[in-house]
Amino acid sequence: MIKKIKLGRFFVYLFLIVAAFLSVFPFYWMFVMATRPSAAYNSIPPTLTPGDQLVGNFQKVLEKIPFFGAMFNTLIMCLVVTLVVLLISSLAGFAFAKFKFPGKNILFVSILLTMIIPPQLGLIPQYYLVAKFGLLDTLFGAMVIFFLNPLGIFLMRQYISQSVTDELIEAAKLDGCSNFRIFRSIVLPIILPAFATLGIIVFTATWGEFLWQFTVLRDPDMYTIQVALSSMNTTSNVDFGMIMSGVFWATIPLVIVFLMFNKLFISSITEGSVK
Amino acid sequence: MAFSRKRKYRSEATKDKISAYLYISPFFIIFAIIGLYPAVFSLYLAFQKWNGLGDMSFVGLDNFTVVLQDPIFWKSLYNTIVMGFMGTAPQIIVGIILAFILNQAYLKFKNTFRAMVFLPYITSMVAVALVFGVFFSNNDTALANYILNLFGMDSVAWRTSEWGAKIAISIMVFWRWIGYNTIIYLAGLQSIPKDLYEAARIDGASTLQQLRYITIPLLKPFIVLTVFFSTVGALQLFTEPTVFLGSSAFSRTEAMTVVMYLYRDAFSLQSFGTGSATAVILLFIIVVASAINTYLTSGIRTKGKGMKS
Repeated sequence: MIKKIKLGRFFVYLFLIVAAFLSVFPFYWMFVMATRPSAAYNSIPPTLTPGDQLVGNFQKVLEKIPFFGAMFNTLIMCLVVTLVVLLISSLAGFAFAKFKFPGKNILFVSILLTMIIPPQLGLIPQYYLVAKFGLLDTLFGAMVIFFLNPLGIFLMRQYISQSVTDELIEAAKLDGCSNFRIFRSIVLPIILPAFATLGIIVFTATWGEFLWQFTVLRDPDMYTIQVALSSMNTTSNVDFGMIMSGVFWATIPLVIVFLMFNKLFISSITEGSVK
Repeated sequence: MAFSRKRKYRSEATKDKISAYLYISPFFIIFAIIGLYPAVFSLYLAFQKWNGLGDMSFVGLDNFTVVLQDPIFWKSLYNTIVMGFMGTAPQIIVGIILAFILNQAYLKFKNTFRAMVFLPYITSMVAVALVFGVFFSNNDTALANYILNLFGMDSVAWRTSEWGAKIAISIMVFWRWIGYNTIIYLAGLQSIPKDLYEAARIDGASTLQQLRYITIPLLKPFIVLTVFFSTVGALQLFTEPTVFLGSSAFSRTEAMTVVMYLYRDAFSLQSFGTGSATAVILLFIIVVASAINTYLTSGIRTKGKGMKS
């Protein structure tokens, strides 16, 4: 019996180790290739140890694409989108959680319905609108459609109705607090954990966004990092070492942040989708 | 006194209403401009002929006829469904097994394993497509082909062959999302009370029986959720094939998806009418497919019912 359990556990660990290896190996391999000249791709057996081209490959990346500019653009875009979504969602979530007003239920259900509409449905008119207002090749044009985030309102309403009690709001009202003052001084401090959850979801989603930026950004100086990286793969005579170096340096900041806060990241995913 | 109190009460309620409308207005203003208007405009455009610059002209159902008679549209729909199925369906099985293992009490290094399995989700789809693009290049020396050769199999032209491209892209999708689904299943497993397993163990149920009679039935809502997300996401596949195939993305059809077809119509061929018609067809497909899949998954027989305690 004990032997059987031990054998079972051996296979469980084996399965897990294989899965973990397959998850992590592409990261290691990306690092190896980022440090090797392109010729290393043609060697048999394949190269699996780091080389000495870490700097050299990255210099080629810098010649090919505006790497730091694109990283900066992406960072600004993600920060602005995250802040705007947090503000809009918490205000609306507060209203839906704690106020009575005509049309409340219909409006809330309509928000949920918008979550089903695929973003591609509006792609062409959104492009047309952005072009018409002269926002093509601008950072604002690249971020504006992500201000719309129904999930945020849903999460915030849920969190506020659970964690901010009606008594607390009544008490503040008796003390003469205006509604906005209640929002700012009472609700906001209480929902900071929900801000962390929603903030992580919005920030990582915006960071990885591609289709929209690919559509509205044509000027390399305005590229976000995803568009810049993808542009390395479109020319003939591709330099694999350079591509992997670009991907490596664009990915490593996120990996470091993730390893530091991995519990927060993982809990934000479950809270964002399961609730 | 009573009168003035009533008035004060009423004005308080009115104030609340004004505040509420004020607080939800930013969302609805943004929604009107970049959500509702574009959606309605798309429906309108689907019945117009337009190159984005000149005048529009009403063409009735012509755009739909053009799209639905285009073999490339059907090819891209076929590709989307095949890659969607190959990329997401195995995730349900592997994800449940992984979550089940990660939930075992005796497991050591639980958090480390969990973080490692989740790590791919952090990388952007563009990064995934580029890294796997090197792994799955056409050369004999590509790592994927090297491994195939080790096992005595022939090299595959991953970028230009019908099944090579589809398999490579499905593997990318699987690799990036498996951790996400595992985490959701894990949350589901943690919501199952531990004494259920204990009771089953006392009754002599094996691990496999526990998985079948307790875990799967109670995990069902979470499976339905991931199936819904996967279906909607898979039908919108765009980034992986576009970046993986690079300059040949829109000129070859081995891995062209419906969204790529839409994109090509609108932004390469300047045919906004047929592009919009494709968008409307895609909306229809997404609604129908997610309804069917959600229904099918909800219909998994709750095998636990037969078990007597």
